Amino acid sequence: MSEAVLSLQNLHKRFGALQATNDVSLDLKQGEIHALIGPNGAGKSTLIGQIAGSLRPDEGRVYLAGTDITTMSIAERARLGLGRSFQVSSLAEPLSVMRNVMMGVQALQSHSFRFWKPVARDHHLLDPAYAALERMQLSHRAWTPVFELSHGERRQVEVACALALKPRALLLDEPMAGLGPEGSAKLTELLEALKLEVPILLIEHDMEAVFRLADRISVLVSGSVIAHGDSHAIKQDPRVREAYLGDADA
Amino acid sequence: MSVTLLIEQLLNGVQLGTMLFLMASGLTLVFGVMGLINLAHGSFYMVGAYATAAVTASTGSFLIGLAAGMTAAALVGALVELLIIRRLYHRPHLDQVLATFALILIFSEGTRWLFGSSPLWLSPPSWLTGFVTLPGETRYPIYRLMLIGVGVAIAIGLYLLISRTRLGMRIRAGESDREMIGALGVNIAKLYTVVFALGAALAGLAGALVGALQSVQVGMGEPVLILAFVVIVIGGIGSIKGALFGALLVGIVDTLGRVYLPLFFQTFMPPSEATGVGSSLAAMLIYILMAVILAFKPKGLFAAND
Amino acid sequence: MTNTTSLSKNAAPATHAESHFDRKGLVQMILLGLLLLLPVAAYFLGHTYYVNLASRVTIIAMAAVGLNLAIGYGGMVSFGHAAYFGLGGYVAGISAYHAFDMTPFMSWPFSVPGSDSLLVVWLAAVVLCALLALAIGAISLRTTGVYFIMITLAFAQMIYYFANSWPTYGGQDGLPIYIRNTLPLVDSSDALTYFLICFTGLVLAMAITSRLMKSRFGAALTMARLNDVRLATAGVSPYPIRLVAFVISAAITGLAGALYADLNGFVSPSMLSWHFSGELMVIVILGGVGRLYGPLAGAVLFVMMETFLGGITEYWQLFLGLVLLGVVLFAKHGVMGWLAGSERNE
Repeated sequence: MSEAVLSLQNLHKRFGALQATNDVSLDLKQGEIHALIGPNGAGKSTLIGQIAGSLRPDEGRVYLAGTDITTMSIAERARLGLGRSFQVSSLAEPLSVMRNVMMGVQALQSHSFRFWKPVARDHHLLDPAYAALERMQLSHRAWTPVFELSHGERRQVEVACALALKPRALLLDEPMAGLGPEGSAKLTELLEALKLEVPILLIEHDMEAVFRLADRISVLVSGSVIAHGDSHAIKQDPRVREAYLGDADA
Repeated sequence: MSVTLLIEQLLNGVQLGTMLFLMASGLTLVFGVMGLINLAHGSFYMVGAYATAAVTASTGSFLIGLAAGMTAAALVGALVELLIIRRLYHRPHLDQVLATFALILIFSEGTRWLFGSSPLWLSPPSWLTGFVTLPGETRYPIYRLMLIGVGVAIAIGLYLLISRTRLGMRIRAGESDREMIGALGVNIAKLYTVVFALGAALAGLAGALVGALQSVQVGMGEPVLILAFVVIVIGGIGSIKGALFGALLVGIVDTLGRVYLPLFFQTFMPPSEATGVGSSLAAMLIYILMAVILAFKPKGLFAAND
Repeated sequence: MTNTTSLSKNAAPATHAESHFDRKGLVQMILLGLLLLLPVAAYFLGHTYYVNLASRVTIIAMAAVGLNLAIGYGGMVSFGHAAYFGLGGYVAGISAYHAFDMTPFMSWPFSVPGSDSLLVVWLAAVVLCALLALAIGAISLRTTGVYFIMITLAFAQMIYYFANSWPTYGGQDGLPIYIRNTLPLVDSSDALTYFLICFTGLVLAMAITSRLMKSRFGAALTMARLNDVRLATAGVSPYPIRLVAFVISAAITGLAGALYADLNGFVSPSMLSWHFSGELMVIVILGGVGRLYGPLAGAVLFVMMETFLGGITEYWQLFLGLVLLGVVLFAKHGVMGWLAGSERNE
């Protein structure tokens, strides 16, 4: 446990009568992709909210690199090195790719109350952002407005935005959603290379990608982690088969 | 004497509150169901008052005038909804504010053009003038008591309308899930027009009733409109219950503040200064109340949907 | 990747804005040039009235530049900017009143005399408006959407009613400024000089806005308007960014208010009225929301309609309403969009 970059300890979250998160403990270690899967309504979004900071757990703690981030705001967590992508693309559509990616670089360097120097000529911002885009093989689209991008390219930009934070951990929420086989394969390849630099907590419906990418898999059903192990173990696990039986997404 | 004053002012506060409720309920319904912020709601208040004054003057009957005022406001409301408002439902709030601000200019100047700048006179019928004596020797104008009665009746009527009728069911469905009512096969366009006209009729009624108490003039709807905004912000936008509670709270706090704050400052200040300080503070009181409530409940006391 | 190669590779290419330079730059230069040259010509032809009219356009444009920073660039639909315009005006009025009377504005806990120096008045207006906006913004920005619109309106009404009922400075009758506040070296009571002061103020306000929006702060504010979740996820809290933008916006509008009071030699609660808040929004939208020259174009159009249409019919606001309705429903980019082509971000 000591080397865990991201660690969830006994999280509980309740909405009225619904126990959306029930005693969830998870960790993410250096150099790995840890996938979190589960049928619809299993409480994945609620759990992501508690990790990313849009929801507070009722009980339990969240640690990032040893720091307790349970009560921190979304922005504070990001500055500490938690990068995330969204299930539904959340980029600023009218702005260029670069302007989207640069924001993370800007947050990392200092506060944003700098009123004078134009960002468009600021190489302290441009260079790291460009590097993050190159990492996602998208530097040729740097000055294209986001609304002109394809769906797959947006996914890559989202990850590049997260990379601009020089993250200690990445939280990717269904990055493959809506991608065709080709886009999915490309992103899989990129993530596989990325995990050596930064560990990834991957929430994903695309089982093929999960089984190919994940070093470890946790299965969330009705707010609880019911199984945990490598892809082989998960494929064999009877409880997982039961939980997914009849579920169209499985 | 001071108990008499208190009872009288409390009643005045409730009376102001019920009239604010008539305004606020329409605003909050329109926002709750259609997601529209309507500045021109004050114009319907004015239209109701002018129509009532004109028809009362020509027929000699206040009741006929009142019916005409409500009808006129409802018709104008329906017309405005059909021609302009329905283009705004999917627009940003900024566009809604500007377009309805434009409507205020058009209505105000149009009315000034038609009726001139001087106020019209509208007085309550003779059978509603005079006073009643309440327990505790308080003499209170019958007309104001009647306003409270009308307000209460409308509140009950709205409650029944929304909880017991098909229209009410559709309104509730529209508030909780706009897509669902489409799926239910409800004609949304018609529902919206009806709700908007209903809100306009209530505003017109309030304008007519208050017009008989004060005067009927261009711009009369604007101070009331802003008070009604304060009411629905306090109560929670979209909530009828919040509108009722907020209206009574604002009505009572505002009325009592104006009477008692100057008196309070007189206890330790020279009278002329006390009046100045007291009345300026009283003028700010409901806004301070709003700020305090929002500091604790940013979505108002009875927050409905967003 | 090394820094030497990246220098040329990473820099932003010419944006759409620059490729449009011809038309947009020309329209902007003509607009600003006419605003400067017409009053100068009018002055030497002896038409002081038109010089003062140009000052009025300039000041209202400056107030709208302030509001545009909140609405156009920050996405904060403030319906209460009259509060800052009026407060700025009252600072000028009250300061002149005490200077004229030779009574102190405050005698406890320390003595604050009135002042007839424009520099003092401007500084006080900017500081006080910033403080007021800090308080109002801190509460209002906790909310969003319609709540924000209504709350900013309500707070402005609070100040309006306060000014109406506070008897010391004229209450609803307002407060005259008998002698225009002064500047060292120049004669501020001269119409052309005062116009040039106002013009300088407007140009500075626009230059500051422009520079600000290109900076890191501007990048964050733009992101806050377009997508505040993205901003937070990138590690920047939207709330303080918005609050600071709101404060700067109010300070610019407040400074315009101080200039306005000195132009008219009079300040009254009407400067604080919600009608004026509405008119400022109208000006921003008529000109083109979120465009640097939009407020200027809108102010020119508004004051021209008011002056010339108002000269023909006393019901000119009816026509203003119709024009506004037309612009909102059919011409989303305002006058500047129509004259200079439509594009907004970057």
